[in-house]
Amino acid sequence: MTLKGKHLIDPNDFTLEQFDTIFTIAQDMEKNPEKYLKLCDGKILATLFYEPSTRTKFSFESAMLRMGGSILGFSDANTSSVKKGESISDTIKVMDGYADIIVMRHPREGAPKLSSKFSAVPIINGGDGGHQHPTQTLTDLLTIKNLKGNIKNLKVALCGDLKYGRTVHSLIKTLSRYEGMSFYLVSPQQLQMPSYIKEYVKNEYNVNIVETENIEDVMDKVDILYMTRIQRERFFNEEDYLKLKNSYILTKDKIKNAKEDMLIMHPLPRVNEIDYSVDDDQRAVYFKQAKYGVYVRMSLMAHLLGVI
Amino acid sequence: MLTVNSIEKGIVIDHIKSGNGLKIFEKLNLAKVDFPVVLLMNVPSKVLGKKDIIKIQDKIDIDFTTLGLIDPNISINIIENNQIVEKKKVELPKKVKGLFKCDNPRCVSNNDIYAIPEFTLVNKDKVKYKCEFCDDFTKYKI
Repeated sequence: MTLKGKHLIDPNDFTLEQFDTIFTIAQDMEKNPEKYLKLCDGKILATLFYEPSTRTKFSFESAMLRMGGSILGFSDANTSSVKKGESISDTIKVMDGYADIIVMRHPREGAPKLSSKFSAVPIINGGDGGHQHPTQTLTDLLTIKNLKGNIKNLKVALCGDLKYGRTVHSLIKTLSRYEGMSFYLVSPQQLQMPSYIKEYVKNEYNVNIVETENIEDVMDKVDILYMTRIQRERFFNEEDYLKLKNSYILTKDKIKNAKEDMLIMHPLPRVNEIDYSVDDDQRAVYFKQAKYGVYVRMSLMAHLLGVI
Repeated sequence: MLTVNSIEKGIVIDHIKSGNGLKIFEKLNLAKVDFPVVLLMNVPSKVLGKKDIIKIQDKIDIDFTTLGLIDPNISINIIENNQIVEKKKVELPKKVKGLFKCDNPRCVSNNDIYAIPEFTLVNKDKVKYKCEFCDDFTKYKI
């Protein structure tokens, strides 16, 4: 089934077979980048970032530029008509005449879905509030596929801010669709994963979930340790943030009993949740992960534009 | 005791929990219609002790979807030629659009006039709905 013209708002918008198609081309894009230099010649990507972003925005821009396309957009809503009070729908109705594909990051949960109702061109959700971040999930899946061989029968620990962290919301929803997956959710009480997500994956996919507050409890058991930042901007008050931000710091000492082939992943940026000394460990793959993000976004856009 | 005549043709909304009659009256916009309507409050009831009743004369095509949200125990009788020709039980609507707000303050439906809140029922007993925009649960309170 073709992906041309589709939106990517939630990871469940695509089947696992469609993910595989995207990964296969992404792997080839990494091996043979010269084959794809003109693939998006004449195509324009609009990056509508209503919230700050480094990785996601640059990764999309790099992806489009590596395929010969062009980019336009904003990374600060204060420099656009949004500041004048323009609605999302009006912005989209104009932008879909200026660009062939749109990636949107927005602090409001559901904003990309709203946009997709008005857009004539594909909308990609580049992260909406604490809700979903499907292209980070594609990045994470490609990382696991490349480094583990396949995605099945894995024990995965998701650690940190599981309440507001959109990357882990998308990731658990998607990994649950693969065979034999089980999860450890490691977070402080105040930042536990929302019940709507836990109920959803338990009811839909019958996955096993264990919740704990201690990272040490899971260290020798898991195949993947997915760390996340405790995000200051998701807190309603500063005091709560300061109290919790150092809860889960990964150090060389903490991973000494972990499996030899465990992957330490992180969507980045990190603040201090992974000590710099861990970077040299062969299990730390977060910078590779960020690189795979470019290839997977290249493949995604090429499929949505129907040029491949 | 206060009496109100039966109607020849129309709708009787019965077994409304006492106090909810006015809410239903408002929800159905019955104060603004041009056909005869009656709201009876605190009528003695064997089952409920006290109940409210709404009688609507002549009009048959009214959207009752919302009533289940106010009081799932009410019954609706359709009257023709002085006879009850159909009895309906209301249910919680499976899909709801624009009737209540999402509980999640970060949801776009609380911040953009074009994002009309839309929900799917996920738990009947807890009257729990899932938001179509942010996926979060909203518990509807009467």
